[in-house]
Amino acid sequence: MESDIATEMAAVRPERVVLAPGIDVARRVTGAAATVVVLLVGLLLAFIAWNGIALFRHSGVPILEVFAPVWQPDPTSGETTYGLLPFILGTLGVVSVAAALAAPLSLGLALFMAEVAPPWARRVMQPAMEVFVGIPSVVYGWLGLTVLVPFLAANGKWAGFTSGFSWFAGSLVLALMILPTVSSVAYDSFRAVPPDLRTASLALGTTRWQTIRHLLLPASGAGIVTAIVLGMMRAAGEALAVQMVIGNRPLIPRSLFQPVTTLTAQITLDMGNTVAGETWNEALWTMGLVLVTMSFAAVVLVRLLTRRAGPR
Amino acid sequence: MPVITRRLALIAAVLAMTVTGCSASATPAPSAGPTADPNAGPRCVEGSITASGSTALQPLVEAAAKQYTTACPNATVNVQGGGSGTGLTQVLQGAVQLGNSDVTAGSKLPPTDAASLVDHVIALQGWLMVNNPKVTGVTNLTRQQAIDIWTGKTTNWKDVGGPDAEIVLIIRPASSGTRSTFRKIVLQGQLEATGQALTEDSSGSVATAVENTDYATSVLAYAYYVGQKDRMVGLALNGVTASVENFANGKYVLQDYGHMYTKGQPDGLTRAFVDYMLSNDVQHKLLPSLSYAPANQ
Amino acid sequence: MRRVLLADQLATAVLWSIAGSVILILIAIIAHFLLAALPDFTPSFLIADPSTDVIGGVGPVLWNSVYVLALTMLVTVPLGVLGAVFMAEYAGTGRLIDLIRFSQELIGSVPSIVVGLFGFAVFVAATGWGFTALAGALALTVFNLPLMTRLAEQAMRAVPDDERSASFALGATKWQTIRHVVLPIAIPGLVTGVILTAGRVFGEAAALLFTAGLATPGRLNFANLNLLDPRSPWSPFHTATTLSVYLWRINSEGTGPVVDQVANLTAAVLIVAVLIFNLGSRALGQLLQRRITGTRS
Repeated sequence: MESDIATEMAAVRPERVVLAPGIDVARRVTGAAATVVVLLVGLLLAFIAWNGIALFRHSGVPILEVFAPVWQPDPTSGETTYGLLPFILGTLGVVSVAAALAAPLSLGLALFMAEVAPPWARRVMQPAMEVFVGIPSVVYGWLGLTVLVPFLAANGKWAGFTSGFSWFAGSLVLALMILPTVSSVAYDSFRAVPPDLRTASLALGTTRWQTIRHLLLPASGAGIVTAIVLGMMRAAGEALAVQMVIGNRPLIPRSLFQPVTTLTAQITLDMGNTVAGETWNEALWTMGLVLVTMSFAAVVLVRLLTRRAGPR
Repeated sequence: MPVITRRLALIAAVLAMTVTGCSASATPAPSAGPTADPNAGPRCVEGSITASGSTALQPLVEAAAKQYTTACPNATVNVQGGGSGTGLTQVLQGAVQLGNSDVTAGSKLPPTDAASLVDHVIALQGWLMVNNPKVTGVTNLTRQQAIDIWTGKTTNWKDVGGPDAEIVLIIRPASSGTRSTFRKIVLQGQLEATGQALTEDSSGSVATAVENTDYATSVLAYAYYVGQKDRMVGLALNGVTASVENFANGKYVLQDYGHMYTKGQPDGLTRAFVDYMLSNDVQHKLLPSLSYAPANQ
Repeated sequence: MRRVLLADQLATAVLWSIAGSVILILIAIIAHFLLAALPDFTPSFLIADPSTDVIGGVGPVLWNSVYVLALTMLVTVPLGVLGAVFMAEYAGTGRLIDLIRFSQELIGSVPSIVVGLFGFAVFVAATGWGFTALAGALALTVFNLPLMTRLAEQAMRAVPDDERSASFALGATKWQTIRHVVLPIAIPGLVTGVILTAGRVFGEAAALLFTAGLATPGRLNFANLNLLDPRSPWSPFHTATTLSVYLWRINSEGTGPVVDQVANLTAAVLIVAVLIFNLGSRALGQLLQRRITGTRS
């Protein structure tokens, strides 16, 4: 709607007359467009929070039970326990290992793009990275399920794989998915280091690697952490690709080579089979709330880091 | 230009309403009672409806919808998956007209909600236990053997005549219809040993998991298994093999009804489609070809 | 000194090989799907109706992907660019811009499956539309809007202040400056923003499962131009299973003898679409820049 008004405004009015009133309207219209996102966040938050606390509000489950290590939501199987610890730990575990796998590659790639790559290489890498980002997560999931999982099952027995479905498989698929995200954010933070500093360092006779190690990396420390946290955030929210390859075992994760489960995987698994209003279903919404809380915590962390690094 | 486009859209909208309004009044009022003639072909009603729910029933409902809309080009029947719980929730909320479910509404919904839904039993579906091909020498399990395996009492295939190797269980999520049916009929209510088991929710990932995991065993819908026979070994239960014939005559016990729920008595296209689902066309021609058995035994 | 030089050469070699291996991984992924799909590919796959009994096609789902993409961008791009104009040119500093920025970051962090559930509750159930392309597009807008706004803002901020000063010095108003100076210069950046945003739309599945639908669509009737008729493929109210959702669905519950081939073909089509989309838009961005600014990039 706003866009229509703006285009019409711009088209209809002779440009010289626009002056004072035009400025005001443009400001107001663009301001409204920018504020839509605030409204959306408010709505989304209210929605998730309201549904997420139904477990306590409506079904009277004690809040602390959420931190229990046992997930037994089925009322037909005896005593129920809505412990979300296996999922929380699973999510953290799968995501951390993914970040550990992706970080060296991504940072290397970002350094390459920022410091080493000749123009032609940059011209190749940039669109390649965009294609990488564009590959749909279901495609990664399908690849994981049909190639990675059978491969690990057939060749990984010595490491302790019983089936290929595992924490490791999930982390590997996620690492591939977040690689472009992490490297592009890290790249930005490397570029943000003033070129003067770099020139000064090189003028002192240091090699490129010395400049990178002693100047660039320390100067963009906060940016690097931000890149990794943002990558982990994206990984934590990924549902379908992960669920296809991790085996979904709702227990506290113990081995990298055994099945685990995550918040998103359990939501996809059970949401369709439970009905709205059922305690079991409410527990899934609580998982959603936990997930959103975790991402919001990450956002706040990133903000603190960026602030410490000084205003950009 | 935007003004003109908007005006055009408005005209189109008004036209649309008049057109659909006219045709709606031209169609005979939906009056078919619950006992439609099963031998009649599809009764065409114009419109668009959506069914959602059970993924086990989805191929069946999809195939029926395709036949119906081929015969009646003015009707659209969308068939969604999503799971039995989704189907029940959405038909209750009015988001869809038909909710497909492997389990009864009464077992999932509170009594007042369940009472507002009308159950149409559309098929008899079967499941079977399947093994990884490395488990040689096991083609049949008695119910007691199955109970021992799934509750964790038997942990090695050699105890049931197979090779000396540990059994890997691949189970469904606790909420799934397959798992609750299996527990009810085969395990007689006893709990599965979930400790070391893998959980896979869709038939596709179960099939992949069974195929690729040495000495694994799981449970699959028969209609799904039929197309994937060469990837795994299907087991007989108590000496009876799974087949449409054995579902229909009741000899093979791991089977249950598939339900299609409507909110209140259906009318219009919804009614016509439910009638079509129950017609001989679907029940005695389509169902067996898709490896389901007719509901009206 | 020699050790220092050696370290430098070693580091350079490592960085080159990292870049090389990432490109190799990308090529391997693309090649894997293209090779897997090649033997079964015929051009008719792009337009035929879906089927997994024989190799069908992805005609309707491809259409739906493009349609949902267009609909999403129709909402996202104007809203995002306008918002970005405010952020980059008007807002300055203060509480409001802080709040907006914080909100963008928050919403960008919400997992897509949660957005899907939100979209279901608001755009599917509360509006009573059912599963529609419009509901899918709105759900996608929720998380694409902040991305689009942020990228557009970056593109505008990258325009040197000298350009603005020059424009003001010629007596142009702020709005004239934005329209005729800042936006044209920012176009390549804006196009990159559109690509990245669109790429996410094309690949998204989790948020669409519960909003645009999970049905296997039948034949599309393009002659039906009624925008309010849910049976018309032109209507925002038609159920729109997209390519990614279709891939997810056949992978999880697809039955029939050729499921794997169809899944590989679908994945290949998705990847090729992403390739065409990215490289095409990039070329377009450069062309536009040359046209508008009369410079070579």
